[in-house]
Amino acid sequence: MVAGAAPDGGGASADALSAKVVVQNLTIRYGKHVALRGLDLSIRRNEILGIIGPAGSGKTSFLRALNRMDEFIPGMEVEGRITFDGRDIRRVRNVYALRSRIGVVFPLPVGLPLTVYENVALAPRLRGVRKGSELDEIVERCLRRAALWEEVKDRLDSLGSLLSGGQQQRLTIARALSQEPDLLLLDEFSIAVDPVTTMRIEDVLKDLKNEMSIVLVTNLVQQARRLADRTAFFLTGEHVETSGTARIFSGIVKDPRTHDYIEGRFG
Amino acid sequence: MNPQALARSRDFDHRGRAWYADRAVTVFVFIGGTSAILFIGGIFAFIAREGLGFVFTEFDAGEFFGSIAWRPTSALDATYGALALIVGTASITGLAMVVSIPFSLAAAVFIGEFARGRVRETLKVLVELLAAIPSVVWGFIGFSIMNSLIIDVFDVPIGLNVLNAGIILGLMAAPIMTTIAEDALKAVPDGYREAAEALGATRWQVIRKVVIPAAKNGLVAAVLLGVGRGFGETMVVLMASGHSINLPDSVFDSVRALTATIAAELGETAVGSDHFRALFTLGILLFLVTFAINLAADTIMRGIRRKGERGRP
Ligand SMILES: Nc1ncnc2c1ncn2[C@@H]1O[C@H](COP(=O)(O)OP(=O)(O)OP(=O)(O)O)[C@@H](O)[C@H]1O
Ligand SMILES: [Mg+2]
Repeated sequence: MVAGAAPDGGGASADALSAKVVVQNLTIRYGKHVALRGLDLSIRRNEILGIIGPAGSGKTSFLRALNRMDEFIPGMEVEGRITFDGRDIRRVRNVYALRSRIGVVFPLPVGLPLTVYENVALAPRLRGVRKGSELDEIVERCLRRAALWEEVKDRLDSLGSLLSGGQQQRLTIARALSQEPDLLLLDEFSIAVDPVTTMRIEDVLKDLKNEMSIVLVTNLVQQARRLADRTAFFLTGEHVETSGTARIFSGIVKDPRTHDYIEGRFG
Repeated sequence: MNPQALARSRDFDHRGRAWYADRAVTVFVFIGGTSAILFIGGIFAFIAREGLGFVFTEFDAGEFFGSIAWRPTSALDATYGALALIVGTASITGLAMVVSIPFSLAAAVFIGEFARGRVRETLKVLVELLAAIPSVVWGFIGFSIMNSLIIDVFDVPIGLNVLNAGIILGLMAAPIMTTIAEDALKAVPDGYREAAEALGATRWQVIRKVVIPAAKNGLVAAVLLGVGRGFGETMVVLMASGHSINLPDSVFDSVRALTATIAAELGETAVGSDHFRALFTLGILLFLVTFAINLAADTIMRGIRRKGERGRP
């Protein structure tokens, strides 16, 4: 970390050189409605950044802006600057190459209408992996890491959408890992997953941290507490604060609203 | 038991208005639903009754399928060789599909996947307008505009031929195929597209790897419906094909189609005559082929579905 930076701060300038992603003055609008206002935040290398906040606070919108998925949503406008490894993502010439380095896990599992195998093999195929043995190896590795291999190894040829909800969610995690991303965005991944599996995936995420940066949007405050190195609190489009998770949960907050929220005294 | 509960349980045997309304609607929708079976059966019985007489007495399968001599009005020696008519219909329909499948699938992909907002809405309305143009108008276009266009461009003596009828029929089938194909693409959840784009797939990769496979059933249905439409279309092929009995060597030859033959000749035959029943035999043939196309479509779709279910727990 750059010398002189606050030990727990989220200030963009502090991490400007070392951070994976730097977000400056990001404002997101849907038509006239402002979903996120003037966000400054950075995502460091090999950290899990937790994002918490009540419904409608702009968490999903933020993730969308990070891999330029706003382009599919009519009326969504993004202002401000986001850099990924120092490159302004608005100015990259091949947005597909950018997206291929960012894995996304959506809140409700979206099993593509493909077989289990093809769901995981798609991203490697897109980047040009052709050899069957190599694909087999990638598919198995990703499914193992997503804690799904044992359950699906005998039915790799059945449709992914026929798996149970929790299995499909792990399939989408495996699919995101198959991209070999350096940034993984998880949007409330445990909504459709049972507690035991959630714990197993959480363990996987702790491991993955060594290889990539992870942004974990979660409605479960305790999940942020268990996993996140730093936690950001969003509230109706306002970035209230970002601090070391341990500090926030021990009550050292800059804004009393953060404390109220994690104590469940809110709204 | 308390009197209130007793009074309520007496309702168990009381059939009120809701009960009878439910019964009436059940019967009504049952009749509506099963009438399809009735109609199909009825049509088949009718065609069979008229045509089968010929099939069992005069019918000579070798002549019907092997000869091009369709001379039903010859007083001395009437022959009923339908080969040229079958080839005529097949060649026009085939060319029409060559024209319309790429055209309409491309149009559907553009409207469904690329066009946005007002462009998209405008295009959809235009395509639906095109679909509503009566076939006699298309036939007229073939007869006048396309005819002289073909004569000028290809320097051939006559422009009423396979090329003309095929193109016109293709253009006519394209809007319907486009509409159905576009519906099939629209039925693919946006979540699929988003998920694939998030993987870094380009738009074309998303369409090719995810959207088209997911919409395959509907796309097959669109194509088969187009084939069926081309096969059964009468007016356009009557007006634009030249209507002359001929085994075509090239697309510039005039041909005659099954449907056009029935339409043109049925009015001039005596009911119950051999000629009349021979025309009904053509009808049976059309009916069987259409039936086969639909059956094929159904089997393909079932096949797709079954494959998807492999390995279900
Ligand atoms: N496609 C859209 N069109 C219009 N407004 C939208 C759209 N998506 C989100 N919004 C609005 O933007 C605001 C932020 O939404 P966002 O989905 O980012 O919230 P969130 O923090 O992810 O909420 P949740 O916890 O419920 O998922 C909300 O007020 C929402 O209504
Ligand atoms: Mg959300």
